[in-house]
Amino acid sequence: MTESVTSAPPADTRAGKPFLEVKDLQVHFPTDDGMVRAVNGLNFTLERGKTLGIVGESGSGKSVSSLAIMGLHKGSKAKVTGEIWLDGAELVGMSVPEMRALRGQQVAMIFQDPLSAMHPFFRVGDQLTEAFLVHNDAPKAVAKKRAIELLDRVGIPSPDKRFFDYPHQFSGGMRQRAMIAMALMCDPSLLIADEPTTALDVTVQAQILDLMKDLQKEFNSAIILITHDLGVVAKMTENVVVMYGGRVVESGNVRDIFYRPEMPYTWGLLGSIPRVNRSGDGRLKSIRGTPPSLINLPKGCPFQPRCDYQEHVEGANCSTELPELLQIGQEQHRVRCHIKSEERRQLFTEQIKPSL
Amino acid sequence: MGRYLIRRLIQAVFVLVVISAITFFLFWATPANPALLICGKNCNAETVAQVNATYGFDKPLVVQYGQYMQGLVSPGGRTIGSEGNERNCPWPCFGESYQNGIPVWNSIKDAFPATLWLALGAAVLWLVAGVMLGLIAALRKGKFIDKLSVGLALFGVSFPTIVFGYLLLYLFIVKLNWIPFPDTANAALFSVGPVKWLQFYILPWITLALVFAALYTRITRANMIDTMNEDYIRTARAKGLDERTVVFKHGLRSALTPIVTIFGLDVGGLLGGAVITEQIFSITGLGKFSIDSVLSNDLPAIMGVVLFAAIFVVLANIVVDVLYAVIDPRVRLA
Amino acid sequence: MSTTTSAEQTGKEVAGGELLLETRGLQRYFPVTQGIIFQKQTGAVKAVDGVDLSLHAGETLGVVGESGCGKTTTGRLVTRLDEPTAGSISFLGSDISHLSRAKMRPFRREIQMIFQDPFSSLNPRQTVGTIIGAPYDIQKVKTETGTKKAVQTLMERVGLNPEHYNRYPHEFSGGQRQRIGVARALALRPKLIVCDEPVSALDVSIQAQIVNLLEDLQEEFGLAYLFIAHDLSVIRHISDRVAVMYLGKVVETADRDELYNHARHPYTHALLSAVPEADPDAEDARERIRLTGDVPSPLNPPSGCRFRTRCWKAQEICAAEEPPLMQIGAPGHQSACHFPEERDVV
Ligand SMILES: Nc1ncnc2c1ncn2[C@@H]1O[C@H](COP(=O)(O)OP(=O)(O)OP(=O)(O)O)[C@@H](O)[C@H]1O
Ligand SMILES: Nc1ncnc2c1ncn2[C@@H]1O[C@H](COP(=O)(O)OP(=O)(O)OP(=O)(O)O)[C@@H](O)[C@H]1O
Ligand code: SF4
Ligand code: SF4
Ligand SMILES: [Mg+2]
Ligand SMILES: [Mg+2]
Repeated sequence: MTESVTSAPPADTRAGKPFLEVKDLQVHFPTDDGMVRAVNGLNFTLERGKTLGIVGESGSGKSVSSLAIMGLHKGSKAKVTGEIWLDGAELVGMSVPEMRALRGQQVAMIFQDPLSAMHPFFRVGDQLTEAFLVHNDAPKAVAKKRAIELLDRVGIPSPDKRFFDYPHQFSGGMRQRAMIAMALMCDPSLLIADEPTTALDVTVQAQILDLMKDLQKEFNSAIILITHDLGVVAKMTENVVVMYGGRVVESGNVRDIFYRPEMPYTWGLLGSIPRVNRSGDGRLKSIRGTPPSLINLPKGCPFQPRCDYQEHVEGANCSTELPELLQIGQEQHRVRCHIKSEERRQLFTEQIKPSL
Repeated sequence: MGRYLIRRLIQAVFVLVVISAITFFLFWATPANPALLICGKNCNAETVAQVNATYGFDKPLVVQYGQYMQGLVSPGGRTIGSEGNERNCPWPCFGESYQNGIPVWNSIKDAFPATLWLALGAAVLWLVAGVMLGLIAALRKGKFIDKLSVGLALFGVSFPTIVFGYLLLYLFIVKLNWIPFPDTANAALFSVGPVKWLQFYILPWITLALVFAALYTRITRANMIDTMNEDYIRTARAKGLDERTVVFKHGLRSALTPIVTIFGLDVGGLLGGAVITEQIFSITGLGKFSIDSVLSNDLPAIMGVVLFAAIFVVLANIVVDVLYAVIDPRVRLA
Repeated sequence: MSTTTSAEQTGKEVAGGELLLETRGLQRYFPVTQGIIFQKQTGAVKAVDGVDLSLHAGETLGVVGESGCGKTTTGRLVTRLDEPTAGSISFLGSDISHLSRAKMRPFRREIQMIFQDPFSSLNPRQTVGTIIGAPYDIQKVKTETGTKKAVQTLMERVGLNPEHYNRYPHEFSGGQRQRIGVARALALRPKLIVCDEPVSALDVSIQAQIVNLLEDLQEEFGLAYLFIAHDLSVIRHISDRVAVMYLGKVVETADRDELYNHARHPYTHALLSAVPEADPDAEDARERIRLTGDVPSPLNPPSGCRFRTRCWKAQEICAAEEPPLMQIGAPGHQSACHFPEERDVV
C-alpha cells in the first residue's frame, strides 16, 4: 500500500523500506534516585493499513515509547536515542519545529485517559478545529465542517449541536470518541492509541474498536494499539510486540503470539487471563514476583528473577547474559530467550497450552 | 444567570444585615458607656443625660439598631439629635461622628478615593509582577531565574510591610530625594496632575504590592507547573501547536483561574482600607480613617467603615463567582 | 426471590449457606436541586431503582453492567456508606437500612469495602501499618497480641512483607497497594466484603494475583463477596452467581454458568457478545451485537422496559409495560424481559 505515499521527495531511498521503523530506541530518565531506563532498545516495523499491538506489564515502557514517536520527550529531561523512521524521515534527531509540523498531521495519538486529555475550558468543537487549523491554512468554517463530519463518523449523535459542548458535558465513552475524532482531523497516516478503551465498559469498548477498524480501512492508516487487554489485541491487531522491562521480549504476527508463543513471559501473560467462555474454577495463574526496577535492571534476561524455565537453558546463563531477540522460522516471529527454539515449542505444547 | 445574580444580591443584603447587627450589638454592648466616651473629662450626671438624649442612648438597644438601619435604608435618611435640636442625616446615614459631629458618610466619601487609587494601582502592579515572575519561574523550572524568583517571593512574603514601607520612604524620599516629600495628604488625580499623582502613589503601591506580588508569584508558579504537567497540555502539543499557543492559550488559561478568585477577594478586601500602608505614607484613606476612629473610640465611624468594607467583600465574592463561571464552563451558576 | 439452589448449582463449594444479606426494592434517588438557600428539588437521578439481591455466607455475587448503572451506589448502600431512599437491607436478619451511625457500628465490623482505585483510596501521609490498623482503632478493638502484631500477621496473609509496616503507600506498586486495601478490609474479620472494581486498574498478571488472593481468603475465612466489575471474564471466574444491572435495575440474575451459557435478556446478550476474547481466530469468527440507539439518562428513564431504546427486539408492549424479574430456565435464573430467549453469544 505504499504507492499512495510515493509523493514523498526521495522516493528511491524509500523503496522497500517499511512505513514506520523503530530501531534500537532507548528512553532514559535521569531522576534523583538514578537513571530510569524505561525503554532499552525497542525495534519494530509497521506498514500502512496494518495494526501493531504493544502489550506488556504496567511500567514496561509502552507509553514512554509512543511518546517518543510523537517526539513529546523533546524539551524534557528524557534522553532519547536510536532511530525512528517514519515515511523516510528520521524523528529522533528531528528539530522541534520540524516535529511539530508532523504532529497531528502525520502522526496522531489517542491518549490513555480521555477524562484528563481534553482541555476542560474549551469547547469540544474548538479543540477539534484547532487540530485542523494548525496544519491547514483554511477558513474556520471548513474546519468546523470537518469536525462535525468526524464527530458524526465516530458516532456522536447530533454532532452539529454537540460541537458546542464542553468536555464535561460528554460521557466517558463520548469523550473517548471525541479524542479519536480529534486525532483523525488531519487524516494521520500513523495513529497511536494508548489504552483507548481501558476505562470503558465492554459495550462502549466494542463500539470504539469497531469504529477504529472502519476508519483504518477508509484512510489506510497504520495503527499502534497499546493495551493490557489481550482480548482487544486478538480482535484488532495483525502483529504484536510483547514488552518487558523496556525491551521487546517477543514479537510476531498475532497468531504466533497467541497460538505459538515461545517466551516464558508471554506464556505467563496468556496464562493469567480468565476466559469468558470457560467456567473458571481453580486458580488463575499469575506470574510470581514483581516487575523489575528500571533503575537496577537485571544484567541478564530481564525476566530472569521471575522465570520458572531456566533449567531448560543450555550453554548460557540467564542471570548474566542478555539473550538476543532472534528470528525463528521464516516469518517475522522473534523471541528473546536462551532456551532452544525446539525445546520452547515442546514446552509450550506439553506444559502451557493444555492449561490455557 | 440573571436569576442567579438577583438571588446572590438578595443573599448579599441578608449577609450585610447580619454583619451590621453583629457589629452594632458588639460595639454598643461594650462595657464603656458611650456617653462617657463623648463628653470625656468634663462628664457629670447632667451632661451624660444630655448626651444620652442627643444620641438616643437612653432607648433600648434594639430600637437604636432599628433607627440605625432606617438611616441606611430609607431614602430620606433619618432624623438624629435630641428634641429641639433635631436634624436630618441624609441617606445613607451611618450616624455622626462623636469626635466632630460630621456625618460619617461624608468622611467615608472623602477618604475612599485615596484608598481606591492605592488599592487599584497596587493591584495592577502585583498582578502583573506576580503573574509574570511566576510564569517565567514555572517555564524555567529549576533554572537560575526560577530560583531567583522563588527567593524573591520568599523575601517578599516574609518582609514586614511596615519595615519595607518605611525603608522605601527613607531611601527614596529622605535619602535619595528622588521623590519630593508628599505634601498633599490626599492627592486627587485631577487636581494635582498625573506626575505629582504618580509620585505620590508610587511608593505606597510598591509597599502594598510587595506581599501580594510575592504570594501571586508563588501561586502562579505552582499552578503553572501543575498545569503544564496536565494531560491536556500534552494533547495540545500532540496536535502540533507551537509552544507559545500551548503555554499562553492552553496553559495560562487554567493556571490563572484560581488567581482570578484570589485577586477579586484581595482587591475587595483592600477597598475597605490598607491600614499599614496608609499609615506609613500618611494617606488619608479609609485605613487611616478607621485607625483614627478606633483610637478615639468613635463608634459610629468604626461601624461605618466596617459596614462599608463589608459591602466590598460581599460584592467581591459575587463578582468572583460570576467570573469563575465565565472562565470555567464546568462551574454552573444555579 | 429464591436463591437457595445456588450452592448446589455452582461447582464451587459454598460454605454454610446461611442467608447473609438481602435487599428488597432497594432504591437510591439523588435529588437534583436548584437554589442555595431555599433548595427546590427539580428532579432525581434514579441511580438505584428497586434492586433485590440476596447473598449467602461464603458466596460471591458478581455485579456487572454499563458505566453509571448504579453498581457503586448499590455497594455503598449495602455497606451503609449511603442511606437508601426506599427499600430495605437486612443483614443476618436485622434491618440495617436506616440504622444510625452508633447502631450501625457492630455491623461495620461485619461489612467491609474494597475500592476501585488503589492509588487514591489510601491516604498518602499514613504508613501502611496505620492504614491497615485503622479499623481496630475506629472500632476500639483490642487484639490479643497488640495492634502491630495483628497488622503484621494480616500483611503476611495478603502477601506483603511485614517489615514494610512503616512504609508509605507511594512506595508500593499498584498490585501491592490493592493488597493493602484487602488487608484493611480483612482486619476485623468481616463476613461480607463489597469489592468495587478491585482489579480494573491493574494489569492482567497482577489482576490474577489479587483474584487468587481474594479466593484464598474466601476459602479460609468463609467470606462472602459482592464483586462489582466491568470485566465479564473476571466476573465469570470469581462469582457463584451474577446479577446484570441496567440503569438502576437488575435485569437478569442467575448462577454463573447458567448466566453465561443460557442468558435470556437481550442486554446480557449484548454484554457477553461485546467481550473480546484472547483468541484471534475466535475473534474473527464471532458475530457481535452492535448496540445502537440512545443511551437513556437515569434522570428520566424510558417508560416500560428501560432497555427498549437500544433493544433490537423491542415491541409495543415494551414501552407500555415494565417487564418484571421472572423465573425462567434453571432454578434461580430470573430475567426481566417480555421476550426472553436464549442465544448463542459466547
Ligand atoms: N518522566 C518520567 N520520569 C521518570 N520515569 C518515568 C517518566 N515517565 C515514565 N517513567 C517510568 O518509565 C516506566 C515506563 O512507563 P510507561 O508509562 O511507558 O509504562 P506503560 O508500559 O505505559 O505502563 P501502563 O501500562 O501502566 O500505562 C515506568 O516505570 C515509569 O515510572
Ligand atoms: N452523589 C451523587 N449525586 C448525584 N448523582 C450521583 C451521585 N453518585 C452517583 N450518582 C449517579 O448515579 C448513577 C449511578 O452511579 P454509580 O456510581 O453507582 O454507577 P456505576 O454503576 O458504579 O458506574 P461505573 O461503572 O462507571 O463505576 C450515575 O448516573 C451517577 O451519575
Ligand atoms: S532467557 Fe532464561 S530467564 Fe529469560 S525467559 Fe528465557 S529461560 Fe527465562
Ligand atoms: S422487554 Fe422488550 S425492550 Fe426490554 S429487553 Fe425485552 S424485548 Fe427488549
Ligand atoms: Mg501507559
Ligand atoms: Mg462504579
